[in-house]
Amino acid sequence: MLRQSWQIFLKDVRMELRGKEALNASLAFALVVLILFSFAIDPTSEQIREISGGLLWILFAFSGVLLVNRSFLREQSNDCLDVLLVNRVPASALMLGKTFANLLFILMIEAVCLPVFSVLYNINLFQLPLWLLGICLLASWAIAILGTVFAAMTVNLRLRELMLPVILYPMIIPALAAAMYLTNIVSVGKVPEGDDLIWVRLLIGFDVIFTTLALGLIDTILVD
Amino acid sequence: MFDKILLAIGLTSGLYLVRNLYTMLLVLPDEAAQGMIYRIMFFHIPSWWTCFLSFLVAGVASAIAIRSKSNRADSLAVAATEVGLAFTFVGLATGMIWAKIIWGIWWTWDARLTWAFITALTYAGYLMMRNMIPDPSERLRVTGVLNVFSFASVVICYKAIDWWRTQHPGAVMSFRTGGGSIDPAMEGMTFHNFIAFLLLCIVLVTLRLRQEETLREIEGLRRLAYSR
Repeated sequence: MLRQSWQIFLKDVRMELRGKEALNASLAFALVVLILFSFAIDPTSEQIREISGGLLWILFAFSGVLLVNRSFLREQSNDCLDVLLVNRVPASALMLGKTFANLLFILMIEAVCLPVFSVLYNINLFQLPLWLLGICLLASWAIAILGTVFAAMTVNLRLRELMLPVILYPMIIPALAAAMYLTNIVSVGKVPEGDDLIWVRLLIGFDVIFTTLALGLIDTILVD
Repeated sequence: MFDKILLAIGLTSGLYLVRNLYTMLLVLPDEAAQGMIYRIMFFHIPSWWTCFLSFLVAGVASAIAIRSKSNRADSLAVAATEVGLAFTFVGLATGMIWAKIIWGIWWTWDARLTWAFITALTYAGYLMMRNMIPDPSERLRVTGVLNVFSFASVVICYKAIDWWRTQHPGAVMSFRTGGGSIDPAMEGMTFHNFIAFLLLCIVLVTLRLRQEETLREIEGLRRLAYSR
C-alpha cells in the first residue's frame, strides 16, 4: 500500500510542479492576504506580535483549501479516479498519497509566507525553529488529511468550491486554534510548557483521531 | 395505531412540560446566588442533553447506513440531525439569555460556547450538503461519513468544561461531580424536563423520519416515471 501511496504522491507532485496552477494561485492569494493584513491592523504596533499566529493560520487554512480542492479535481478528466480504483489501487493508498502531496504543497506555501511575514511585520518567528517546524507539520497535516477527505466528498458537487470550506473549517478549528495559540507563544521565544502543553496534545490527538477515521472511511466515500 | 401512540407520547410530553412549569415556577424557590433566572437552566441543560443524544443517534444511524447501505438508517440520521439542530439552537438561545443577565454579555468566546457554535455549524453543513447531492446512494455514503466525522465536535463540546478552564460553569450534575454541587430538588427538576424534552424529541424525529421516507418514495417513483 505504501508503494502505491508513494506513486500517487509522486504523480501528484509531478503534475502540480509541471503546471503549478494551484500552487501559483494559492501563493499569490496568500501574499495578497498578507498585504491586506497591514490595512486591517497597524503593522507597526505591538498588537501584531500577539496575533501573528492567528493571522498566519487563517491564511494557511484559506490557501490550503485552494490546494486540496484541486487534488481530486485532477482525477476527474478522463475518469482517472475510476481507472485508478479499477486497477486495484486501494482508496486508502490513494488518499494517503494525495494527503502527503497536499501536505508538501501547504508546507511550501508556509515556507514562503513565514519569512515574508517576518520581514514585512518585523517579527522574528524563527526564535524556536524546531518548535515552529513541529507546529507547522502537525497543523498542516490536519489541514491536509481532513481537506483531502472532504475534497473527495465534494468533488462531484456543482458548488464544491463553496461547500468544501463550509464543511472543512468548522471541523479543523481545534487544530487551527491549537496552531494559532502555539505559534503565538513560539514567536515570542517562549517554549510551550505547563498548561500550554494541552494544545500540543490536542494537535497530536486531532491528527491521530482524524487520520484513523479518514483511513477507515475513505473506502466508503470512493469505492462503494 | 402507530399514529395514536405517537399522539399519546406527544400529549404526555406536553402535559409533563406543563407539570414541570408549575413545579419550577411555583414550588421551587429562587436560587441563592442567581435569583429567578436560574430557572432557564431547566431548559438549557436538558436541551443540550437532548441534542447530544440526537447527534449520537444520528452518528450511529449514519454508521449503520454506510455499513449496510440502509436507506432507513440514513433517513433516521437526517431526522435526528435536524431535530438535534433545533435543540442546539434552543440551548444556544437559552444560554445566551442566561449569560446576558448573569455575565452582562450575550456571548463570550470560551471553549464550551465556541464548540457549541462549531457543532451547530458542522451539522448545518451536513444538512446543506445533503441538499446538494441528487443521487440517493452517493448522498448516503458521503453525508454518512460527514455525520460520523461531525460527532467529534459533539464530544469536544461535551468535554470542553473538563479540558479547559472555561467561563461557562463547570459540571454540576451529581453523575459527573459525585454530588454536593446542586440541590437534589433542582437536579430532579432538570431530569424531569429532560424526560419531557426527550419524549418531544422522539415524536419530532419519528415525524421527520416518516416525511423523509415518503420523500424517498416520491423520488423513486419520479425516477421510475422518467426512465419509462
